[in-house]
Amino acid sequence: MRKLLNTLYITSPSSYLTREGENIIVKAEDRDPLRMPIHILESIVTVGYAGASPSLMQLCAERGVSLSFLQENGQFMASVHGKTTGNVLLRRKQYRLADGERAAIYAKRFIFAKIANSRTVLNRAIRDHGSNIASDKVNKEADFLKRYLNKVLTVPGLDDIRGIEGEAARRYFSAFNELILADKESFYLRGRNRRPPLDRVNALLSYTYTLLRLEVQSALETVGLDPAAGFLHRDRPGRPSLALDLMEELRAYMADRLVLSLINRKQIHANDFTIKENGAVLLKPDLKKELITAWQKRKREEIRHPFLDEIIPIGLLPYSQALLLARTIRGDLEEYPPFLWK
Amino acid sequence: MAKKLLYQEDNLLMLSGVQHYAFCKRQWSLIHIEQQWSENVLTYEGQQMHGRADDPYFSETRGDVLISRALPLVCYSIGFYGKADVVEFHAVVSSRSGSIIGERDAIALPGREGLWRPFPVEYKRGKPKSGDWDEVQLCAQAMALEEMFGVQLTEGALYYGERGRRVSVTLTEGLRRRVYALFEEMHGLFLAGVTLPAVYSSKCKNCSLLDICMPAILSRKSKQTRGYLQHYLDKEMG
Repeated sequence: MRKLLNTLYITSPSSYLTREGENIIVKAEDRDPLRMPIHILESIVTVGYAGASPSLMQLCAERGVSLSFLQENGQFMASVHGKTTGNVLLRRKQYRLADGERAAIYAKRFIFAKIANSRTVLNRAIRDHGSNIASDKVNKEADFLKRYLNKVLTVPGLDDIRGIEGEAARRYFSAFNELILADKESFYLRGRNRRPPLDRVNALLSYTYTLLRLEVQSALETVGLDPAAGFLHRDRPGRPSLALDLMEELRAYMADRLVLSLINRKQIHANDFTIKENGAVLLKPDLKKELITAWQKRKREEIRHPFLDEIIPIGLLPYSQALLLARTIRGDLEEYPPFLWK
Repeated sequence: MAKKLLYQEDNLLMLSGVQHYAFCKRQWSLIHIEQQWSENVLTYEGQQMHGRADDPYFSETRGDVLISRALPLVCYSIGFYGKADVVEFHAVVSSRSGSIIGERDAIALPGREGLWRPFPVEYKRGKPKSGDWDEVQLCAQAMALEEMFGVQLTEGALYYGERGRRVSVTLTEGLRRRVYALFEEMHGLFLAGVTLPAVYSSKCKNCSLLDICMPAILSRKSKQTRGYLQHYLDKEMG
């Protein structure tokens, strides 16, 4: 597997990125320019209204460094891509699959892994904190998930898979509060809600999912797949459906566990959030930075990949799965092997 | 004896591909069919070295040798296009001064007096290889020159950067047949859009596409994906 390089997050809106030779220069009003060589970077994410020069964009495109622009609230605006990622044969095959009956085979595998990995989050909590949490409740939901796991393999169509996925997600999140061990008054999940998040846990999950989605999206682009044409998620203009598909198997392991451990280790406090008049919960800027730092740190931790049987940094999971997906679509593998956390 | 021009502009392959294909068919499919590319130290050094040979607006004359760099090539009979790093044009003594040359061995060049014989030189970063992929690429260049200029060539050279010297290559009938055969296969695969399966070998460790190709995993695991979920389930249920 290739190396995991750094992601540079630019969170100050007045920053401007330029190029000098093989270096990226970050200029900001309040401090000296920051300079770093492009080859140590994997991607650059700007949050807010940071600008970038066309020649830097070219450098990024040439070197396969993804450059994404997010709005202040984390919403995706645009990204810069070079010409090397367009493989028309792979994409055509992807579209044909997405329109055909084999889409369900892929969808099944994404959701199987999603349920399996969610269940492992529950089981780990029982194993690690069994005496402090309502194990019965967690156990019960984990059992349900096990049943859905069996079921998802046998149902035929996409709608059935979506149905099982919805049920399983509801079960999983209904046990989620039991996994929160610190300041349970402030941190509780009232079902899953996103637009806007109505409690702190939902706000944390949404933000972390955004970080994950960006990485999955750029991993798909890196391997030449179209992030917008999904197998399970239906086409919708502006929606990265394949990225959402592929995220399913990674959410619990990469995002949910991070949120849980930040809360449980008391790294996050109730007053890191702003609660609007209508109940919408927003993360304060410092908390966003803290989440990004934690996310980056976690990406460098290592894990043995269950299919590749190789130790890789967690941050490469989106890429390894995108690569396996592309290789399956091109016919190197008979069926797609999703990431299964054991 | 004009060769039949089998190909049109639209279905030409890249000349540089024949070297990839002769080295590893999978590597060629990944680069040319799937349009994947990845740099490593070796490819980067190769580019740096070619940078010097790659100025099409530069030509020089050294005595009886005219040196042309980055010469665009096309070969419609075999179906490829590309570029020669360096083509030397060697001045040949005309028949007036004694030695006899046929018109199929030398050509006139615009704005130059006398007759000249094209002599392709391909620049390589490393050293001579165990396989024939460098020779094959050079021979293909020569065959394109033959078609474009209507001459018959007998020789070219490979320049190896690591050794700092030239190796002369005789353009044998066997080498030519190999070029034909390789391109014929490549055209077939390209048309079908087929990426050939990964085969793991000792060549893989220096390949810049190693992480994209995943030969070690894909050549042994392709059959193991079917039971992957069931296996997980069996273990979890047990």
